[in-house]
Amino acid sequence: MSPHLSATCVISVADLRKRLGEVDAVDGISFTVGHGELFGFLGPNGAGKTTTINMLTGLSRPDAGTIRIAGIDCTQTPRAAQHLLGVVPDESNLYGELTGFENLSFCAALYGLGRAEREERARRLLSELGLAEAGDRKFAGYSKGMKRKLAFAAGVIHEPRILFLDEPTTGIDVASARQLRERIADLHDRETTIFLTTHYIEEAERLCDRIAFIVAGRIVRIDRVEDLLQPIQGRHVVQISSPTVLDGLNDALSAAFPGLDCTLLRHGLLRIEADTPVPVGPLVRFLEDHGAEVSEARRMQLSLEDVFVRVTGIEAEALRKEKEKTGGPR
Amino acid sequence: MKRWIAFWSILTKDMRTYYLKPPNISWGIIFPLAWTGMFFIKSGGGLEDVQTLLPGVVAVSMLFGTTSMLSVAITFEKKMRSFERLLLAPIPFELLMLAKTSGAVIFGVANAFVPVIMALFLVDLSQVVWGLFIPAVVLIAIVSTFLGLFIAVAVSEVFEAQTFSNFFRFPMIFLCGLFFPVTALPVFLQPLAYALPLTYGVDILQGAVTGEHALPYALDFILLGLFCLVLFVASLWNIKRKWIT
Ligand SMILES: Nc1ncnc2c1ncn2[C@@H]1O[C@H](COP(=O)(O)OP(=O)(O)OP(=O)(O)O)[C@@H](O)[C@H]1O
Ligand SMILES: [Mg+2]
Repeated sequence: MSPHLSATCVISVADLRKRLGEVDAVDGISFTVGHGELFGFLGPNGAGKTTTINMLTGLSRPDAGTIRIAGIDCTQTPRAAQHLLGVVPDESNLYGELTGFENLSFCAALYGLGRAEREERARRLLSELGLAEAGDRKFAGYSKGMKRKLAFAAGVIHEPRILFLDEPTTGIDVASARQLRERIADLHDRETTIFLTTHYIEEAERLCDRIAFIVAGRIVRIDRVEDLLQPIQGRHVVQISSPTVLDGLNDALSAAFPGLDCTLLRHGLLRIEADTPVPVGPLVRFLEDHGAEVSEARRMQLSLEDVFVRVTGIEAEALRKEKEKTGGPR
Repeated sequence: MKRWIAFWSILTKDMRTYYLKPPNISWGIIFPLAWTGMFFIKSGGGLEDVQTLLPGVVAVSMLFGTTSMLSVAITFEKKMRSFERLLLAPIPFELLMLAKTSGAVIFGVANAFVPVIMALFLVDLSQVVWGLFIPAVVLIAIVSTFLGLFIAVAVSEVFEAQTFSNFFRFPMIFLCGLFFPVTALPVFLQPLAYALPLTYGVDILQGAVTGEHALPYALDFILLGLFCLVLFVASLWNIKRKWIT
């Protein structure tokens, strides 16, 4: 956790609910975000991340629950705290007919910045994000990644104290995603309070101080990243693939190697976890002696992904598929 | 000060991206020209008719100019979701909506002067009371803009906005005393005429150009002002209710 993180609570949400059509898009969530904290909201598609941001930023009215931002009660007056906020929405909704530079200057003007200052900041942001060349071209002609980057710049140009980022790196290439993550880390260093939604587990792990796992409108776990990772620290994992049947063998294995925790993930894939290094050699020999043909034995590095899977019950595969669709971070 | 920077930026952006676009400029000029031409030339009564027709042509140009521009500017941005950016800005809602509408008001006033300038070449307009004519033009521009706003908010699709506003606009040409006095309408339609804001605006214009008007000017102005206020407040209420759901 960052050293400058103080206990002052900047965002505080209690029992927030929102029903959209037939679904409880947000179904009673509560959390707080401290001053200068980078808070991650991690969940699959349709979990309720955007719905939550919309309510926090005053674009949508909660059905129930309370929202306080920097001490301001935003439940009754959703737009009361907007002078403190910056928002990078999930869709690039800038003006197609304006150039990148004009878009940024316009967004800054909405927050009352004078011409000289906003044009200076617009130029600086464009060059920081590698858009200096594109700055004088119309936004409508931008590529998806360029649009995302400009949307980011538009959300931060007025240097907000509290920043909402809705999947800022979704669907953009490796280099651009890295540029954005560097900018986010930079803002974090400068004590901006940041609320970030993502479905990239690695991104959340890398950037956030604390993470909430949200699934189907409910928060299933909130914790500091170290605490989330703590149970898997010092855990050793080996995955063994075998084309021949391993059914029933894991019971025999557990009996033969008492310290190991064996699970048959699916047909032909065995996962062994332990608090001490896993004895791969004896393990493979044991399996082969019992008639199984081992094609691969691999040591695995446990990550937040494993924690996510354990806590939410959502297969990492499912999230990975989403990621492949949109071209994930790396 | 900060708020006015926002206000001014929204207004100038709309002017640039909507109102001053070549197709819209030409629409803004050609449309009133077409109306003017149609009525001035086809009326067959000779040039003296230009003066009796002028108030109606001015009103119809403004009505169409403002309502079509505004529903496009607002409904389109709502659909593209760029309107959300404006909703996120820390400026009072009323000011935001005034900024979004003043472009259309200016466009409407500009529209009004296309037939006036044309008429200047045809007839002597020296007896026109400009001190009445110009405030009436401004108020008509405001009231029809707010009517456009009201319609734009009531519908969600650009297409619907156009259709829905025609539903209002065309009957208003006949009901509001643009080309024949309200008293010439069937008795049962007359209350309807007085329920529409344009009737009062046109009454002032008629008075300013031809000297004939049905109601006291003060009443016309007060009622027009009230219509502006009510339409604006109702639209704001609708936006808050429908767009921040
Ligand atoms: N306007 C709407 N009408 C009806 N249902 C909606 C609407 N907007 C969202 N939903 C539903 O609410 C749920 C939450 O949606 P939300 O957009 O908040 O998810 P998300 O976590 O942001 O997902 P993603 O990762 O895809 O952006 C989903 O089940 C979605 O189908
Ligand atoms: Mg979303």
